[in-house]
Formats: sequence, C-alpha cells, structure tokens
Amino acid sequence: MIDWSWFPTNAERLVPALGAHLLLALLPVVIGLIVAIPLGWVANRSRPARAVLVPVAGLLYTIPSLVLFILLPGILGTQILDPVNVVVALSVYTVALLVRSVADALAAVPGMVVAAATAMGYRPARRFAQVELPLSLPVLIAGLRVATVTNISLVSVGALIGIGGLGYFITDGFGRGNTTSIFAGVILIVVLALVFDALLVLIGRLVTPWVGVGRKAR
Amino acid sequence: MGALLADVAAWFGDSANWTGAAGVPNRVLEHLQYSIVPILLALLIAVPIGAAVGHSGRGGFLVVGVANGMRSLPELGVLTILVTFMSVGLLPVTIALLILAIPPLLAGTYAGVSNVDRAVVDAARGMGMTEPEILTKVELPNALPLIIGGLRTATLQVIATAAIAAFVGVDGLGRILFSGLAVRDYTRMAAGALLIAVLALLADAALAALQRLIVSPGLRTSTSSRRRAVVAPAQPEQLPQSRSTTPEPELARS
Repeated sequence: MIDWSWFPTNAERLVPALGAHLLLALLPVVIGLIVAIPLGWVANRSRPARAVLVPVAGLLYTIPSLVLFILLPGILGTQILDPVNVVVALSVYTVALLVRSVADALAAVPGMVVAAATAMGYRPARRFAQVELPLSLPVLIAGLRVATVTNISLVSVGALIGIGGLGYFITDGFGRGNTTSIFAGVILIVVLALVFDALLVLIGRLVTPWVGVGRKAR
Repeated sequence: MGALLADVAAWFGDSANWTGAAGVPNRVLEHLQYSIVPILLALLIAVPIGAAVGHSGRGGFLVVGVANGMRSLPELGVLTILVTFMSVGLLPVTIALLILAIPPLLAGTYAGVSNVDRAVVDAARGMGMTEPEILTKVELPNALPLIIGGLRTATLQVIATAAIAAFVGVDGLGRILFSGLAVRDYTRMAAGALLIAVLALLADAALAALQRLIVSPGLRTSTSSRRRAVVAPAQPEQLPQSRSTTPEPELARS
C-alpha cells in the first residue's frame, strides 16, 4: 500500500512542497490575527459594529474554500494560479473565525479587572495591550489553533486548481494511481497540523503562565 | 471584473445551461442527493453516541479529541483514498462525506448534552424522571442549539466536499466547475463556484430557520456554535485568585 522507498527518492520534491504548504497556511494565520484583533476590539466596544461584523464573519465562513479560491481571481484581478488567492482566502477565514473569538474573549474579561486597571491609571490603549489582551489570550489561542489546523488542511484544496503545497501529491497520486503519493500528502498534512497545534498549545502555556496556577493553589 | 460579471450573467442567462443532464437543475439535484444521505446517516450515528457520552460523562475526551483531530484530515485526501481503494462511484463518496459529517455532529451533541445545567438535570431526577426520560425530555431539548450548530457545520462541510468530489469522478455542481477548469473556461468555473456558494448559504439559512422553529424560546439567548466551532474550551480560563500578598494598589498615577 505504501512504498517507503518512494519517500527518499522524492525528497527533492517533498521538501519544497512542505515549505510552500506551510507558507500558504501560516501566512494567513498571521495576517488574520493582525486584522482580527482591532476588528474584535471594535466588535466588543460597539454593539452596532458587532451586529455587522459577527454575521458577516459567519457568512464568509459559510463559503467553501474551493469556491473562494476560484472567485477571488475574478474579484482581485489575479491569475487563477496565483498563490495570493489562497493566502487571501485563508486570511478571510482566519479573520472570520478570530473576530468572534477576540470579541468574546474581550467581553469575558472581568469588569473588576478592567476597573482596577483604570483606577491604577491605565489609559485605554495601554490597558488594552497590557491587561485586556493578555487576559483574553487563552480564548485567542484556542481560536488560533482551530484556524491553523483548518488552514493547513485547506491548502490542499488549492492543489485542485494547480496551486502548490502538499496537496499536489494527493491530486498527482490520484491521477497516476500512486497510493504512496496520496498517503504521503495526507500523512504529511496531518502531521504538520498536529505539530503546529502542539506548538500553539506550548506557546499558550508559555505566554499565559498564570492559567491553572490558582486552581493548583487551592 | 465588470466584464467577468457580464460573462457570468450571460452564462446563467443561456438556456442551454439549464437543460439536460449537465444543466443547472440536474446538477443541483445531484449535489443535494450526494449530500443528504451522508448527513442523515451521520445524524443517526453521531447523535445517539454523542448523547450517550454526554449523559454518562464517560469518553468525553475521546469525542473531543477525535473531533479536533479530524479537522486536520484533508477532505481531498479522504476522497481520493476511498475512491482509489474502492472504485469510482457514489459509495466511496458517500462514505467520505459521512466520515467528515460525523465529528462536528458528535462534538456538538456531546457538548450540548454535557453542558446542560446540572441543577436542571438534578431537578428532573428529583421529580422522578428515569434516566432515558432525562436524556430525551430534558438534556436533548436543552442541547438542541449546539446539536443544530453541529448539524450546520456538518452540512457545510458535506456540501463543500461534495463539490470537490467531482474531481474523483462523480457529478453534482462540482462538475460544472471542474469541466470549466479542464478547458480553462473561467466563466463556467465562476458560475459553478457561485452555484456551490449559493447552495451552501441556502442550506445554512434553512438550518438556521429550523433552529429558530424547534429550539425552545427559553434557550434563545444561548449562543449556537458556528461552522467548525471551537471544540476546545471556549470559556476563558479563570483568573487566579488574588493572593494575600497582593500589593497595595497605587492610587495616584499622574
């Protein structure tokens, strides 16, 4: 079923595809995070903004990835084979997912804490950066984990329209009846997703050292 | 973009695209046919298991783990592997769609049932309800928002993947898109993509309406989970309790 000798002979193709796959999946996570934090902040602050942003995010998340990969060239004026389409599409999904996470996380910061920070003289901008955002990190990281794993899996759909990454080994393997190639693509994608998920859990523990401390102390 | 819109509008206006086996109505029917069977099967399988796990509280970590792990599995991979090992046809596609539809439904049902307020369950038990009665009359109705949330996620996943299934040899709306791709006809690809998007949006809207109809008004305020809802705990972690050594707050800061 799996011909293990295929891997070393195809390493020259596998390694660049792995790199391309990661770039196509993770760049949108970074872009999405940068865009979603201010949007989530606005959605948390203003009720009308939330009433627009959250349903729009839900609507965008409803559109299948293949559809977005194909419609974006028409909207952006890019070539159909341009990897930018995949980056933009996955960034849109990441923003759609994270806006809600950020808004909910900020809303869940206890009012007392915000009031205490205000009383200590924190101005809104500094209070947001040093108090509210750090306290919403656990929820934000939960959202980032979902976005990262989903993106790593979704990049493979791009292979259907000829955009690189590990999905190529699935479509090419299917075309040639080479099951090893299909499994290589699938297994590497799943392993990448699990590795980056674990990495985010680890980062989460490092950046929120206070989580769980109170529980253990009691 | 204007020219493209005109082209796509012309495609939809061409009556040749609306008749016969390759016409839009037939492709929509095929797509629905591919999608409905796995969704119904997934409901039959996932809801009882999720409810049992949620009610008993045993095996919850397994359900959440499987649901989260499945997210990393590329749908294209599931389809190609099943078709390669079985044959081109509806059966491997149905199985692939079923595999993708089960985790969100399972996670939604489990989360819904296990998150029902314990006081409510205790009250039901105190009133003399048997365990099956508690599950069907108290826990499942209370879990409906999350179950339907899982159903919406599963439905979107199935409709999207059924479109990809055209790559492995079945028809449906994906066929319009891939036949356009094969001859580099962007207008046809865009038309196929739009049809798939519209079908997904309509299906989601229909399920949202169903949710409004059958969920008890008493549960209206609870948030329904969206597509691919975060199965990992969405609640913010508790803040650490302030310790006795908390420094005096600075009162004035200029």
